[in-house]
Amino acid sequence: MIRKVSPHITQNEALLFEMSSPGKKGYQLPDLDVPEVDPGKALGKSAVRDEIEGFPEVSEVEVIRHFTRLSTWNYAIDLGMYPLGSCTMKYNPRINETVARTEGLAWAHPYQPEELSQGAMEVMAVLEAALAEITGMDAVTLQPAAGAHGEFTGILLIRAALEKTGKPRKKILCPDSAHGTNPATAQMVGYEVVNIKSNSLGMVDVATLAAAVDDDVAALMVTNPNTVGVFEQDIAQVAEILHAKGAMLYMDGANMNALVGISRPGDFGVDVMHLNLHKTFSTPHGGGGPGAGAVAMKKHLEPFAPFPRLARTPQDAWTWNYDRPDSIGRVRAFYGNFGVLVRALAYIMAHGGPGLRNATLDAILNANYIRKALEPYYELPYKSPCMHEVVFSDDRQAAKGIKTGDIAKRLIDYGFHPYTVSFPLIVHGALMIEPTETESKREIDLFIDAMKSIAQEVLDDPKMVLDAPHSTRCRRVDEVSAARRPVVRWKPPVQQSRAAD
Amino acid sequence: MRYLPKSTDERNEMLATMGVQSMDDLVAQLPNAARLKRPLDIAPGKSEFEIVDYFRARGNDCATGYASFLGAGVYNHYRPVMTDVIVSRSEFLTSYTPYQAEISQGTLTQIFEFQTMVCQLTGMEVANASMYDGSSAVPEAAMMAVRITGRSKTLVARSLHPEYREVLTTYARHQGMPVEEFGYQPETGRIDIDDLAARIDSDTAAVIVQSPNFFGCVERIQEVAELAHRKGALLVFAFTEAVSLGLLEPPSEADIVAGELQSFAISPSYGGPFAGIIATKEKFIRQIPGRLVGETRDANGNRAFCLTLSTREQHIRREKATSNICTNQALIALMATVYLSVFGKEGLRELAIQNLSKAHYLGDRLLPAFSAPYFNEFVATIPDPAEANRALLGRKIVGGLDLGRFYPELAGHMLLCATEMSKKTDMDTVIDVLGGKS
Amino acid sequence: MYPEKFRYTKEHEWVQVEGSTGTIGITHHAQSELGDIVYVDLPKIGAKYAQGATFGSVESVKAVSDIYAPVSGEVLEINDALATAPEKLNQEPHDAWLIKVKLESPGEIEQLLSAADYQTYIGA
Repeated sequence: MIRKVSPHITQNEALLFEMSSPGKKGYQLPDLDVPEVDPGKALGKSAVRDEIEGFPEVSEVEVIRHFTRLSTWNYAIDLGMYPLGSCTMKYNPRINETVARTEGLAWAHPYQPEELSQGAMEVMAVLEAALAEITGMDAVTLQPAAGAHGEFTGILLIRAALEKTGKPRKKILCPDSAHGTNPATAQMVGYEVVNIKSNSLGMVDVATLAAAVDDDVAALMVTNPNTVGVFEQDIAQVAEILHAKGAMLYMDGANMNALVGISRPGDFGVDVMHLNLHKTFSTPHGGGGPGAGAVAMKKHLEPFAPFPRLARTPQDAWTWNYDRPDSIGRVRAFYGNFGVLVRALAYIMAHGGPGLRNATLDAILNANYIRKALEPYYELPYKSPCMHEVVFSDDRQAAKGIKTGDIAKRLIDYGFHPYTVSFPLIVHGALMIEPTETESKREIDLFIDAMKSIAQEVLDDPKMVLDAPHSTRCRRVDEVSAARRPVVRWKPPVQQSRAAD
Repeated sequence: MRYLPKSTDERNEMLATMGVQSMDDLVAQLPNAARLKRPLDIAPGKSEFEIVDYFRARGNDCATGYASFLGAGVYNHYRPVMTDVIVSRSEFLTSYTPYQAEISQGTLTQIFEFQTMVCQLTGMEVANASMYDGSSAVPEAAMMAVRITGRSKTLVARSLHPEYREVLTTYARHQGMPVEEFGYQPETGRIDIDDLAARIDSDTAAVIVQSPNFFGCVERIQEVAELAHRKGALLVFAFTEAVSLGLLEPPSEADIVAGELQSFAISPSYGGPFAGIIATKEKFIRQIPGRLVGETRDANGNRAFCLTLSTREQHIRREKATSNICTNQALIALMATVYLSVFGKEGLRELAIQNLSKAHYLGDRLLPAFSAPYFNEFVATIPDPAEANRALLGRKIVGGLDLGRFYPELAGHMLLCATEMSKKTDMDTVIDVLGGKS
Repeated sequence: MYPEKFRYTKEHEWVQVEGSTGTIGITHHAQSELGDIVYVDLPKIGAKYAQGATFGSVESVKAVSDIYAPVSGEVLEINDALATAPEKLNQEPHDAWLIKVKLESPGEIEQLLSAADYQTYIGA
């Protein structure tokens, strides 16, 4: 029944601190070619620490075994489908890792002379142009480090432009289906957040919006396709309503992978948006980051973009322009997560323009195929056709006492990473499934089989589902105790420190 | 296309089950006006060979084969082979944030080790799983101090990295957080504690001091901490050169530590991705931004780890969250964890002493402009830094940072950095070109 | 289940008035909706809250709920024991009080629900 899983060996492993022994080494430094300086003399005795108490002392062999063993406790895209809705877990091409390590790029210091940085600057310029073309926007900044950082940048741009007209306004509107980062961002830019209720199709309700937009509204932050995977049908009208009142349309580009090559936010009225390069352009998530949060904007916002900006010299070379009097300032040091930008450009080059469109279509195909196959088994709260992801609810299973989180845990036993659980908030008990374009039909069919099988198990043996996962080395984890009495660092066992006294 | 694992037959089969005629019909759900009716103006897909070739050429347009004496927040340290071996493991590289603890114990365990090592290095009790970088960690620390104290003002040392100060200004602008700078002593290069004492008041939430500071000078943290605490403010300790923590007294008197770990096996990469950290005292744990991993047990009673105290974060608390941060720098933090495991207790100290020794070899011959002790960077008086750097480039050396760029009063000064990577022969060339005594 | 001596709010707080002091907690229904409570955020002694204002919050692993003042008043005492044992709110919600306040306008109590009305309200 569990077609994808067979037992395999995972080894127990101590923490580095627990396997340490004084004098063990994993390094050797070259001999000093200059006289050794006495730290106490150079820095003053009181400025020098004795030792780093508790710090690891392990050998090279133990280091590689330790981290390799730990790695086997993780699930990964390279092991199988990872259908986390909104997170866009697609294949991360390895060529991107190789080119990001190109010596002249990986070892470029941000303050080295511009004449010795032309290659790095060229990469950024080419990527900016490609992203502008993909989004239909006029200008792009690559400075933000991640999606939420891009949102922060984008809302700062809106605020700066409004301030320039004399009135920054007070409110940002967010649909109730929005990612949590949207309201958190608006707050960081000094805006009050007003939540807008979605309509029965899961979309922004035009009438509700029109009633909410007044002279105090700076912008609406909308995700399109939205978090139920549906393209906002009235998006052009939404933009008109906002623009008519002098407000702007911010697009959260978390789901831009559903639009690349088939639709451009710049063409449907968006003023500014961010892109999660680690989602749409497939740079590795690496267990939580790094990402990159490029922000694409219309011409009227470009004067406010973070400094420095790329520019051409009269000699036709790249230069950084710091003379930007209206700029919102910097959102981070240097120029951005350059290493991530290299990977994103390599991804765009590999697909090319036509290929990017095909990738989008395959992503939509996969999501709708799953939607069709699972609709008889799981409740579909919004019937509109979906784009790159599909959201079910646990309504039918909850009647048997099984919630979305339990189904997710059972899915692990079938060899898949769970989908996104309990988001978006407007769907009670949401199962948010995003297959991405890089899953084969075979892998998707296995996933569908697993989901069908779990639906049946909920009827036949709910207790077994409640206790899942059964096949992992680690059973359900007690998150409650972890939060009640947080233990967030390792401490030496008490008897050991007594012995040291 | 090699990243799309389907044949035309398979696509057609899938379309048929859905009752859709063709791939193009999948876009029918888009309003007509929103459809892009032309191909993207981006060249067709390229082979692996062409892509490698393109980036190799771009790399060659940069400074390959130069020795460098630039520091200023980004340091040239050796990267042990092991770091790339580990971060290239699919299970680390291609996994998501470890929300599903049962199949993420690898990442969770490693983050727990990371948090522990950051605490050991900084003398703090709690560290988060990473921030974007040092420059964004500093304003997040200031915001945290504002939440804890209920006060609004931030006093920041002018000797904090200039670009970090710019980022702080951007973050603070719309949050009702006035930011004021205090100066440094022109003789020592250390902060001007009298200037700080004159500015600190009952509305000061945070005092931010970097050590070693932007000029490489080691600050007297205890003195600043006493002053800040006397006035009810928190001390935020910032650092950009993490290797210094291997040798310098940890900033245990600080309330919050915000820093950059680039020195720990993270290549300069033209300024990112790096990894920032925030560490603090246990009593402030609920105000720390970003992800935290905690120890717990699984249903079988075995030790296990999970993300914890998530209610601080944006996906739950939304507009009331401690920060909007979501994605962090997990893989980069893994690099740092591997690096610290390789070097360990003795190695980090030995490495720091090598940095100290190299920088002092150079500094002793170029006469630092400031008198305070320095770690691996110092300011030298050079009449025409631009000219000097041009001369060095001719000898395949990237010289120091012309400080006039950030500090007009320090025109005619250069910030030079030497690490374990700096060879004596190159340092001798620098000394020669800059007119030092050999 | 729901003591007669308490008055209740529609936001699921209870208050017990003794003289000029009001003791405030959250109801059994509230704790069961929240699930395992892991943290309680309480105000400082001396803080003043108007009826209906947020004075603190309770957290489960994946949710935060604000707590609203059933009556106006000044905080006299907070239940420190909850800092180390938030589970008490799950185990004995009607004993594990959160704060005690000095009532500002005792008449407000009349606007609150009786035990019977509250049980009807939550459909118990």
